[in-house]
Amino acid sequence: MAQKKMTIIASKGSLDMAYPPLILATTAAAMDLDVTIFFTFYGLDIIKKGKADSLMVSPLGNPAMPMPVPIPTLISSLPGMEAMATAMMKSMFKKHGVATIGQLLDMAKESGVKLIACQMTMDVMGVKQTDIIDGVEFGGAAMWLDAAADSQINLFI
Amino acid sequence: MSADIKFDQLLDAKGMSCPLPILKTKKTIEGLSKDQVLKVETTDPGSKNDMASWAKRTGNEILKTEEGSGTFTFYIKKTA
Repeated sequence: MAQKKMTIIASKGSLDMAYPPLILATTAAAMDLDVTIFFTFYGLDIIKKGKADSLMVSPLGNPAMPMPVPIPTLISSLPGMEAMATAMMKSMFKKHGVATIGQLLDMAKESGVKLIACQMTMDVMGVKQTDIIDGVEFGGAAMWLDAAADSQINLFI
Repeated sequence: MSADIKFDQLLDAKGMSCPLPILKTKKTIEGLSKDQVLKVETTDPGSKNDMASWAKRTGNEILKTEEGSGTFTFYIKKTA
């Protein structure tokens, strides 16, 4: 059986949206798939040095955000609410034995997941190659398409 | 209580959530030789179906699955 392949485009940089690409990538690697993640736009934050474990989640504009008490939307926009929501979500994850983003990223690298940073987004956002963690390749749409054209699973997250 | 299957290594993945039980199982089984048996204990209710999917995809064989008092036990023979 030829090795199956999967690519993921990780385009979001909030704590909650960093999980799906990394959970799927590490699990796919554990299931013997060849995996590539292409980090673009806000998704770049996941692979910035020292950033993986300081990603935030915002309660603003998210009616499904679990809060200890119902909080009016206007209150959600106040300073400190993002930090509170982030701390709350991290403590929920920890309590349930969920790996941190940093741990998942390490496991992805360890299991041979190929990581590509979008050079165009980096240029636009003023991100230097030295700002990105080691082991990441740099490229653009063609690099992802090359991998995607040979893959059975391609996800945009 | 049924007779326990002989195993070569035990992996305690209790208290871990998806995808850690699968990732730890994969990593641990890589250290075993062909035909050796890994016993994995989990508490994640999703791990029951996840482990079956993982085994099917990687070609390893789940000899037996036990369930009781919130714990799931898998005996996995390394066949790949």
